Amino acid sequence: MNIIDVKKLVFEYIRRDDEGNVEGITTAVDHVDMDIKQGDFVAVLGHNGSGKSTLAKHLNAILYPTEGTVWVDGKDTQDEENLISIRKSAGMVFQNPDNQIIGQIVEEDVGFGPENLGVETQKIWERVEESLKAVGMYKYRKKSPNRLSGGQKQRVSIAGVLAMHPKCIILDEPTAMLDPSGRKEVIRAVRALNEVEGITVILITHYMEEVVHADKVYVMDKGRVEMQGTPKEIFSQVEKLKSLRLSVPQVTLLAHELKKSGVKLPDGILTTKELIEELKKVR
Amino acid sequence: MIREITFGQYYQADSVLHRLDPRVKLIGTIIYIISLFLYKEAAPFLLALLFLAAMISVSRVPFKYMVRGLKAVVILLLITAAFNMFLTKGEPLFTIWKLTITKEGLTNAVFIAIRLIFLIIGSSIMTLTTTPNQLTDGMEKLLAPLKVIKVPIHEISMMMSIALRFIPILLEETDKIMKAQMARGADFDSGNMMKKIKAMVPLLVPLFVSAFRRANDLAMAMEARCYQGGDGRTKMKPLKYHKADILAYVILLAYLAGVIVLGKLL
Repeated sequence: MNIIDVKKLVFEYIRRDDEGNVEGITTAVDHVDMDIKQGDFVAVLGHNGSGKSTLAKHLNAILYPTEGTVWVDGKDTQDEENLISIRKSAGMVFQNPDNQIIGQIVEEDVGFGPENLGVETQKIWERVEESLKAVGMYKYRKKSPNRLSGGQKQRVSIAGVLAMHPKCIILDEPTAMLDPSGRKEVIRAVRALNEVEGITVILITHYMEEVVHADKVYVMDKGRVEMQGTPKEIFSQVEKLKSLRLSVPQVTLLAHELKKSGVKLPDGILTTKELIEELKKVR
Repeated sequence: MIREITFGQYYQADSVLHRLDPRVKLIGTIIYIISLFLYKEAAPFLLALLFLAAMISVSRVPFKYMVRGLKAVVILLLITAAFNMFLTKGEPLFTIWKLTITKEGLTNAVFIAIRLIFLIIGSSIMTLTTTPNQLTDGMEKLLAPLKVIKVPIHEISMMMSIALRFIPILLEETDKIMKAQMARGADFDSGNMMKKIKAMVPLLVPLFVSAFRRANDLAMAMEARCYQGGDGRTKMKPLKYHKADILAYVILLAYLAGVIVLGKLL
């Protein structure tokens, strides 16, 4: 069974002037279909304003569809009764780490979710410990979040979601406000969750490097899904990506340019290692 | 630098007082304040002084930290004492210009000064030995009966702890906005009081805008983590009375009884 099913999703923002009259309608998400299997690592790529964050907010029942339906773990997000169980099975991590940490101590913040679910005290402590260990932040449990780096804060946010024992985690540009080392830290933690714990990951981003290891990639532009497939399939279409104002990873670009100037290389090279292997064959 | 500011002036140490349940400390402070205002005799005040001295030594907080709290209210203290001294009617002691100092006025002034000093030091012992988080937890638990008359106790304490969490973040933000405006020629340091206050206005507007944006984000993040208010919520760190807490209540009651006995007898 699919953990997430999106059918013909349309979402419209209605712009109003000062008197409340409708000025215009912006279609942020335009007839999007998406199906995500349990255990997958799915990436959603897109330029600013491509509708990818709006889509993400539908998966956690923060926004409701104007048209179409979203099923999370077999439950319709538009049904008010499903709200809590949907948010429990699909956790969400946001962009700004400062604005999503509630506790004044790391462990208290991670405990916030289980507290809301009414988990008993002893079990909360167990969950907090295992979640913090999963993201490698256990030794910082007594620290104030204000004293952590951006990458560490974001890992605490992930642990906070993890402590609710979700089937699926949606990360809405979790690395947009981080420096390169913080970005690596977070992506490493997310990949470990997917590979070791088997949690479905939906990563929304505009950094190409983070997409390379995904099982499936969706590319969005102007609210529509423009491309979908494995990273290899996506990145072999360098020209199309460029027309969507997205850049490809450096290695892929290099391979693409080499190929254009006559070196016999296959399409969609994603890592430095692959390129080296292929270049050896050419010689 | 600005992020080093800790609110509520908590002093980290390992003492019996630090480990006490926050509820005991809150009630203890209230009992102590009441005891100060019950009688106007020397004997109960002597007992209050002894009790305070005992608490100070038990708390393991350096005495100078408590005196620091007094500095801010020295002027208030002097004004209150002066008013009591000059405006109380009674047996005149001596007259300077048009002001007469009476015997009753002098004793009033002394007592009010002692009361205020004891009150401030007494309550600062509570804030120095309790983290802001424990304080809000304690208040939530103590005020829980008010839920019956629809006072949103859980919401109030949640608001307080979120405010405490965001104080350092907003301070840092203020610092950033100030620097950004100074880089474009804003002047926060020169001029008189009025000018300085006026210079702050362009600082407050972006600060408010960003605070609202943060509030919006935080509300969304809390909802995404299944927050639905206080009902059905469990606690990661529930407050539980231990033996030491019960002993502390006994000591507090004994102290209050002592004050009443001394006040009635003498």
